[in-house]
Amino acid sequence: MTSPVPQTAHHPEPLLTMEDLWVRFHTRTGIVEAVRGIGLSVGREKLGIVGESGSGKTMTGRAVLQLIRPPGEITARRMDFQGVDLLAADERQMRQIRGERISMVMQDPKFSLNPVMTVGRQIEEAYRTHTRAGGREAREKSLAMLDAVKIRDPRRVYDLYPHEVSGGMGQRIMIAMMLIPDPELLIADEPTSALDVTVQMQVLAILDDLVSQRGMGLMFISHDLNLVASFCDRVVIMYAGRIVETCRADRLEEAQHPYTRGLLASLPEVDRPVATLPTLNRQDSWREEPGVDAFL
Amino acid sequence: MPSSEPGAAPLIEVENLDVVFGYGAQAVHAVRDVSFQVMAGETYGLVGESGSGKSTVLRALSGLNPDWTGNLRLAGRALERERDRTFYKRVQMVFQDPYGSLHPRHTVDRALGEPARIHGLDRVDRRIEQVLLDVGLGPAFRFRYPHQLSGGQRQRVAVARCLMLEPDVLLLDEPTSALDVSVQAEILNLLGRLRREHGLTYILVSHNLAVIAQMCDRLAVMNAGRVVEEMSVAQLRAAEPTQPYTRQLLTASRGYDRAAAEAMESFD
Repeated sequence: MTSPVPQTAHHPEPLLTMEDLWVRFHTRTGIVEAVRGIGLSVGREKLGIVGESGSGKTMTGRAVLQLIRPPGEITARRMDFQGVDLLAADERQMRQIRGERISMVMQDPKFSLNPVMTVGRQIEEAYRTHTRAGGREAREKSLAMLDAVKIRDPRRVYDLYPHEVSGGMGQRIMIAMMLIPDPELLIADEPTSALDVTVQMQVLAILDDLVSQRGMGLMFISHDLNLVASFCDRVVIMYAGRIVETCRADRLEEAQHPYTRGLLASLPEVDRPVATLPTLNRQDSWREEPGVDAFL
Repeated sequence: MPSSEPGAAPLIEVENLDVVFGYGAQAVHAVRDVSFQVMAGETYGLVGESGSGKSTVLRALSGLNPDWTGNLRLAGRALERERDRTFYKRVQMVFQDPYGSLHPRHTVDRALGEPARIHGLDRVDRRIEQVLLDVGLGPAFRFRYPHQLSGGQRQRVAVARCLMLEPDVLLLDEPTSALDVSVQAEILNLLGRLRREHGLTYILVSHNLAVIAQMCDRLAVMNAGRVVEEMSVAQLRAAEPTQPYTRQLLTASRGYDRAAAEAMESFD
């Protein structure tokens, strides 16, 4: 099922490696297994993680940063980020990693920005928490970052509160905040699905440059197969908490697993009209069959 | 295509529609001088990005937003700000979020029965059974609550509720954008089949050009409250859009491209 995975030419060594990762939730009605023993690594590349709602893709991203609260529980044989054992790290150590070395852009800016703090101060705070920068430097750096995410009038936006900006602008502000500490790995969970296509393309171009020019690693979590195929280097396809297939992004069209094939077929396309869209015929075996690993 | 029949009268006419929210300096001109016609049996698409005014057009047509000026006509008769029962008997609406559009404490049976009781229809039992079959759910779903249904099943219930009144027109506001792609395909197929079987006329609002191309005969591209361009889906496919905004939308719908991203313009 696995097509050959490309070795990223310049940086073949992984930044992050996870082996046999499980995320379980202990509930009144039993244990819910959101992620079921996956293995993957991320290098200085754009790794796409795709799947439908409930496939475990978001939980995989959150598990990296240990952002799963009880009754959720994370276990793994190995979770290594640049020599740091993330499973053994305590809260103090995790706080030094979160934001500074690994950061995360969430889907919805409405719930991720502080409503009683201006946009500019929030970005500044992200910078000053992780550096020893003074006020003026932090302000200048924040304005430059707002400009980098294509916000047209950074000085005006700097003093606005989150409720005064649109959803698309809020998402770009989130991205600016997450990028300002210069992380080595960025986990982006549906970062552009709230954005208009024009802005979406511009934000993707920013992320693209950060990976190719600064060697950042990117875990790009998305339900949009076309976008991932055209944007990422490698793709991981998740179903029911497992990785069912992994391949080069530009070879997604040639994917073999019936689930991946079914998803691709069910997408309407502007240039290929069909009388009836093929629908997915889910098989119980997809849930039971062993997953594949997606190591570099 | 119904639109090509010469002399056929349009079922829905929108003429010089303007919608303004708020007053004075705070006023937002959400829809600006929008005009289009929809023939009976046609699926007409309104495509655009967030804030383009596409949903506002639909809400003015549906009677949910009375603050509009211009002329709206259904089968040649002018629509007032307030609509009566005969209007809703003919025109029904499906909303984007199937999690929000069904009452969480009403069973499917009650949700489906409500429009029939409001309109004083007879044979409510029979009708409920029939619409459940029509949308591919079957009688087993009749006494379930929304939380016992998946997103796709809820959207089927929302469509079934519209069908209870045997309407002529369905207004579809992003009916699949909250659903996974495999479920989206099922709902689009369902809507296509119902249109053919019941002779329905659709206005479909979506930000997704591929969805519009799959479902529609003709479409209007909206940006910043205006119709930028109106064309047939065949023209869209043949990449004949004349407006740069439409061309950009078409490029973006084909996926990420570094060079194209660089060339993206703002059309606010």
